[in-house]
Amino acid sequence: MTATTEAPAPEVPGRQNVVGTPLRRKEDARLVTGRTRWTDSVAAPGLLHVVILRSPMAHARLTRVDVSGALQRPGIVAAYTGLDLVDDFGGLPTAWTVSEDLKTPSHFPVARDVVRYVGDAVAVVVASSHDAAVDAMEAIEVDYEPLPAVLDMEQAMADGSPLVHDDIGTNTCFTYHEEHGSYQASKAKADVLLTRRYVNQRLIPNAMEPRSVVVDPTGAADSFTIWSSTQVPHFVRIFMALVCGIPEHKIRVIAPDVGGGFGSKLDIYAEEAICLGLAKRLHRPVKWTASRSEDYQATIHGRDVIQDVEIAATSDGKMLGLRVDLLTDMGAYLQLLTPSIALLGRYMYPAIYKFETHSFHCTGVFSNKTPTDAYRGAGRPEATFAIERAVDDLAAHLHLDPIELRRRNWITHDEFPYTTVCGLEYDSGNYEAATDKALELFGYDALRAEQAERRRSNDPVQLGIGVSTYTEMCGLAPSRWLGEQGYVAGGWERATVRMTPLGKVEVVSGTSPHGQGHATTFSQIAADALGVPFEDVEVIVNDTAAVPWGLDTYGSRSLVVGGTAVRRAAEGVVEKAKLLAAHLFEADPADLEFDSGTFRVKGTPSATKTIQELAFASFTSHTMAEGSDAILTADHLVDPETFSFPHGTHLCAVEVDTETGMTKIRRYVCVDDIGKVVNPMIVEGQVHGGVAQGIAQALYEEAVYDDAGNLVTGSLVDYLVPAAPDLPTFETDRTETPSTTNPLGVKGVGEAGTIASTPAVVNAVVDALRHLGVDDVRMACTPERVWRAIHGARGSDDPAPAGSVVYGGATTETTAGGRLT
Amino acid sequence: MIPAQFDYVRASSVDEAVAALAEHGDEAKVMAGGQSLIPLLRLRLSYPEVVVDVGRVAEMAGVREDGAHLVIGAMTTHHEVIHNELIRRHCGLIAEATETVADPAVRHRGTFGGALAHADPAGDLPAVALALDAEMVIAGSGGRRTVPAEEFFLDYLQTAVQPDEVLVEVRVPKLGEGWGYRYEKFHRVAQSWAIVGVAAAVRRSNGTIAEARVGLTNMGSTPVRASGVEEALNGASLERIGEAADRAAEGTSAPSDLNGKADYREHLARVLTRRAVTAAAGS
Repeated sequence: MTATTEAPAPEVPGRQNVVGTPLRRKEDARLVTGRTRWTDSVAAPGLLHVVILRSPMAHARLTRVDVSGALQRPGIVAAYTGLDLVDDFGGLPTAWTVSEDLKTPSHFPVARDVVRYVGDAVAVVVASSHDAAVDAMEAIEVDYEPLPAVLDMEQAMADGSPLVHDDIGTNTCFTYHEEHGSYQASKAKADVLLTRRYVNQRLIPNAMEPRSVVVDPTGAADSFTIWSSTQVPHFVRIFMALVCGIPEHKIRVIAPDVGGGFGSKLDIYAEEAICLGLAKRLHRPVKWTASRSEDYQATIHGRDVIQDVEIAATSDGKMLGLRVDLLTDMGAYLQLLTPSIALLGRYMYPAIYKFETHSFHCTGVFSNKTPTDAYRGAGRPEATFAIERAVDDLAAHLHLDPIELRRRNWITHDEFPYTTVCGLEYDSGNYEAATDKALELFGYDALRAEQAERRRSNDPVQLGIGVSTYTEMCGLAPSRWLGEQGYVAGGWERATVRMTPLGKVEVVSGTSPHGQGHATTFSQIAADALGVPFEDVEVIVNDTAAVPWGLDTYGSRSLVVGGTAVRRAAEGVVEKAKLLAAHLFEADPADLEFDSGTFRVKGTPSATKTIQELAFASFTSHTMAEGSDAILTADHLVDPETFSFPHGTHLCAVEVDTETGMTKIRRYVCVDDIGKVVNPMIVEGQVHGGVAQGIAQALYEEAVYDDAGNLVTGSLVDYLVPAAPDLPTFETDRTETPSTTNPLGVKGVGEAGTIASTPAVVNAVVDALRHLGVDDVRMACTPERVWRAIHGARGSDDPAPAGSVVYGGATTETTAGGRLT
Repeated sequence: MIPAQFDYVRASSVDEAVAALAEHGDEAKVMAGGQSLIPLLRLRLSYPEVVVDVGRVAEMAGVREDGAHLVIGAMTTHHEVIHNELIRRHCGLIAEATETVADPAVRHRGTFGGALAHADPAGDLPAVALALDAEMVIAGSGGRRTVPAEEFFLDYLQTAVQPDEVLVEVRVPKLGEGWGYRYEKFHRVAQSWAIVGVAAAVRRSNGTIAEARVGLTNMGSTPVRASGVEEALNGASLERIGEAADRAAEGTSAPSDLNGKADYREHLARVLTRRAVTAAAGS
């Protein structure tokens, strides 16, 4: 490089960068005015409607399934049992071999001989209308020979327990162990041992749009188009080819507007195979759409993990070692990622703390319940819940302020990059800054003073303050790591950016938005990289014909991995345009500069070409550089080097009415550090939704089965999802410590709120009651549970609802309680 | 979810409704605002052959005064009840309790009479009607009859209304000078049913409680009067409210379900009764 003195660039009307600004979402005008296309709105000529008869029994042998009555009903086209369809599809896949001892049971889309949970498919009905199909379904006769239901994880592992799968011979699906340093050595050094059992209850994901599938077999060249309300169209294509034996190139998958997923649509479902198989068999387009209560039974559930946690510490508040032993409920079968979920959190138990040692053990257990799988956060909310609850409990035991105990143990900002006890390298973070900001916003000292006053005056309404200083690992990558973990796919993402002849931009991304606002965010990134108006960018996603390569959306990966690919591909387009510009200027490319969408020759202010002009020049190709493309297009594939590690400090103040047990959130403050922000409004929305969902786990939501294995919380009447009137105003702020592992400096935000908020709320509830002798309240912290905790009913009475097997059963419930030595 | 097939009759008068019910008897089901019946139909938990829709019978809607009573048409929607001046002035307890029913969408469709005739013990309005000594006017082929609230609620989802009858209107004694009231509803999220609810109306005289009426929501298979509490409050000073409220669970048979076991509900009934009566007594 030669040192030259350059004249200042001429004043041109520059464009303002849009990355970092709260632009309104491009998607919303269409979505909120109903100009949408959900899978259930897809129409096809000659469309048939599929309904599925589901087992009302948790565990039973099918001794007779007779569909002949249904065939007599008006409008009926066909009705089949599982045995009728053995040639139409095989078993459903599991994509993660988490251990050598993993047991993978056969999982057919329609049961063939035994049903294993309430909701397991028994027969399918195809009719000319949905109404006719539902009517005909009532005429199917089934004889069930009841088998004992396995509902409690601890009982399931006892000798002599009935088995969910006879042929497997055990209810233990897998065991997993990992040891980092010698926990026993830490324990020997410790003079304080905190032993606790925490329970993450079973949850129902509740995407706003229930699942739906349409398959049209009338495509050109005998091809099949599948519309599915899925997060993973690329996965659906691959696995449908394998499950149904249809060549991959004959399958096109479209995820049209998808109304939320939260992980529940990160899966390969029976109904996708059923519809594809039926469309192939009948040569007619078919549609299946779940009702809400059907979705509750037949879409995966989340969490359901019992956590035994032990912290070895010193009496002056130094945490040395952490031991974690998990029981995690698989449900009756393994869905796509079922066995991996609890394990995805295993490196997050040590969280932001400088533990010397970590011992991790996990046992997966089969039960006669709906399978579990990824639910917003997938393993990490469980980990964060356990560690953040335990740190608050340890602080109380040591008579330390919970913030102070954290300060004594967390990684300080000058220690980054920091390699944790698990061997993960956290690239960046500043826990002190986020915490200081949160404490100030919250008015921590004043609230503590009020709490002391309420305790002194024995106020029937007590105040509690809960802390959660979380971190998480998201982005789910790199491919090499995933391969080592036994996962069948990689962690890369791909994007194409191309200029159209008239100077507009198309961004093709392999991620699969289902509500997050990818079109807006990716437009912002591409617009700045190319120097074009935000409105000139179109984002193309969710169709395997238009987007042949992609690994879809989950695990807060879209921006960190997919957004990076968009940025790099856009830079590739600029490089190509620069070659063309240099050719047109008859200049050396090194003498060109690019700013705000315009190339100019250094020192020759009049020599300018906009990128749009170059797009047209490229299209006409009247004069081209040697070897250059006729279209300004570039691809980029990103395989990230590591995860991203957002963090933050969430503080919650609750008022607990000790007379009734009712908890009311008074303040909720969160300061998140997710690195650089592309669109602050979208980030704000993600945080609000995430926090609401985490509060919901803490206080409201709980999938309850009775002792026969019926899902008692079978609809939104009994499964309480809080809405705006039930939630506080969230006070949000951010600190910004850029990630050093991607060019955007961004970290994932999609799951952060959910991961952080649950322990903050439960810590607050327990904090309100600790002086009354309470050291835990099980989630959901219902008024009844809180009341029983206060009034000492715990231990002498079962705080679970009558006849229910919450937490996998009464045994689990009564083995509650911790030990402090 | 799709209901099974049924025939539909839209009545434009009480006589038409009664005639349709007389014709179809047990096979027919009366629909008011449909907020309870339609979910039952869609879940195929109810299989009527004929649905007789009385939702547009004009003579069954609206509120009027009749001496010492208000007469509330059975088809008056919750939304109309909440905003009706006569109800707010003379039977404010009804308006206050109705504000807690479900959500705005339900309140625009659901009706006062429908809620009473459905007789869900977890519903808010049956206990209110009971506490206020309301009278139900029921029409059948033999003419009209009036049934006091005490005799109206027979069992879980069962009332004195016979299959060939329809609830036409509800007569509620006006609360006059000296009366205060309060509906205490305990529930976990805004749109959910009461775990326990307490409807209290209290008349004060010379600093003491001259008369108290207390109805309990979701403390049995029907709404119940907390008669022990009423008795203890009769002529009592305000300091005795807590003691009287301790009798709230007497004679109840509270259910055990997802939201609470019976002993917890009994405890809630006592706490909420104390709060409701205290507020109603204006102290």
